[in-house]
Amino acid sequence: MIVIVLLSLMAVLTFGIALQRNLYAVVVLSGAYSFLMATALVALDAVDVAMTEASVGAGISTVLLLGALYLCGGEEAKPLTRPWLPLAIALVIAGALVYGTLGLPAFSDPTAPIHTHVVPRYLHDALRETGVPNVVTAVLASYRGYDTLGETTVVFTAGAGVIALLRRLRRRKDGEHKA
Amino acid sequence: MRGFLVLRVVAKLLMPFMLVFALYVQFHGDYSPGGGFQAGVIIAATMIFYALIFGLPVARQLVPEALVETMVALGVLIYAGVGVAGLLLGGNYLDYFVLAHSPVHGQERGIFWVEVGVAVTVSGVMLKIFYMFAGRQRSAEDE
Amino acid sequence: MNVAGHFSYWVTILLMVAGLYIVIARGNLLKKLIGLSIFQTSVYLLYIAPGKLIGGTAPIVSPAFKVYSNPLPHVLILTAIVVGVATLALGLALVVRIREAYGSIEEDEILAADRDGGDQE
Repeated sequence: MIVIVLLSLMAVLTFGIALQRNLYAVVVLSGAYSFLMATALVALDAVDVAMTEASVGAGISTVLLLGALYLCGGEEAKPLTRPWLPLAIALVIAGALVYGTLGLPAFSDPTAPIHTHVVPRYLHDALRETGVPNVVTAVLASYRGYDTLGETTVVFTAGAGVIALLRRLRRRKDGEHKA
Repeated sequence: MRGFLVLRVVAKLLMPFMLVFALYVQFHGDYSPGGGFQAGVIIAATMIFYALIFGLPVARQLVPEALVETMVALGVLIYAGVGVAGLLLGGNYLDYFVLAHSPVHGQERGIFWVEVGVAVTVSGVMLKIFYMFAGRQRSAEDE
Repeated sequence: MNVAGHFSYWVTILLMVAGLYIVIARGNLLKKLIGLSIFQTSVYLLYIAPGKLIGGTAPIVSPAFKVYSNPLPHVLILTAIVVGVATLALGLALVVRIREAYGSIEEDEILAADRDGGDQE
């Protein structure tokens, strides 16, 4: 099925990102990874999320990474020792997580707990109560409006933080520039 | 980039369509995939595209820094303002039912203004971050 | 235990662990940030894959469809994506400042510079 093909391609790309040392190539690979993720999300019926991932992950992230790369330099240094310990840690964590997922419901199981509680009410009543057919927008803006207010504040804080970090104050005191 | 004629002409042709598409995604987000975040990012991407083709100083003239910084804060203010409007009209904070003559119309109006606030903030922040990264000079001790 | 039923979880775990490996095993700060973003995208998959119903459609209510995929993970992950790019932007701003202060973005060189030059600062 298409999801299996896409997810396998994403896994291959991740190995490429881990092993590649030229950072421009790594940024291009991460952009390709985001596009594959957006396509996989469409195959999983998450259309709003796919649009956001394609525009934010493959668009804005790639632009910001290239901007930072221009300012920082493009090659990663060769590691001095073979990273056996991090690889072992990663494999142990992977084993523990795989053991943990054995108890989770199978893919596309209609009796999974995720489809109970509040979701049938959203799907049934969203159009009648809010007048908006797109249930994701209704939940985002109306049923869970506080969370979206918090998220907008987080985006604002990120903007303010970047301004604070990267602003250049053009003050000349005794001939010195404050960067 | 200024010397490449094809890029400049195509960029000038594409930009209005990109902006109209962003507005479509924003306002049609109630009936199709879309909404405030996606529209804000597409608007920022249009301006980044313009800055890449025509140069950062020209883009800074078109969308000045003061306007972008105002947009960053204005979106959050709009969102919080919808909440306060709910308070002033007799309901709870961020209550949409009291915003219009009937609850469903109030919900639609509340959702509309909230998504506008989100789009303004997201587009302002993405564009401002791009300006900061692209406008910084490489430091003098680089190669 | 059914391979087809759990394949999405296992690919999610593979991506998550690959992102974690990049963060802890590589010394270049930019590569660590990219590894962190791979980790975050694997979490998106972890939330959205269980919500999908085969034979369902996107959660936009319309009279032609009866079965919809679960909209709740979509909402949570929309927030997560935007917060993720906000984190990436702040991280990149910090890396740019570190580069200007230390002259390098390799973790060992920065630590060595701190250790050697810390007394003379």
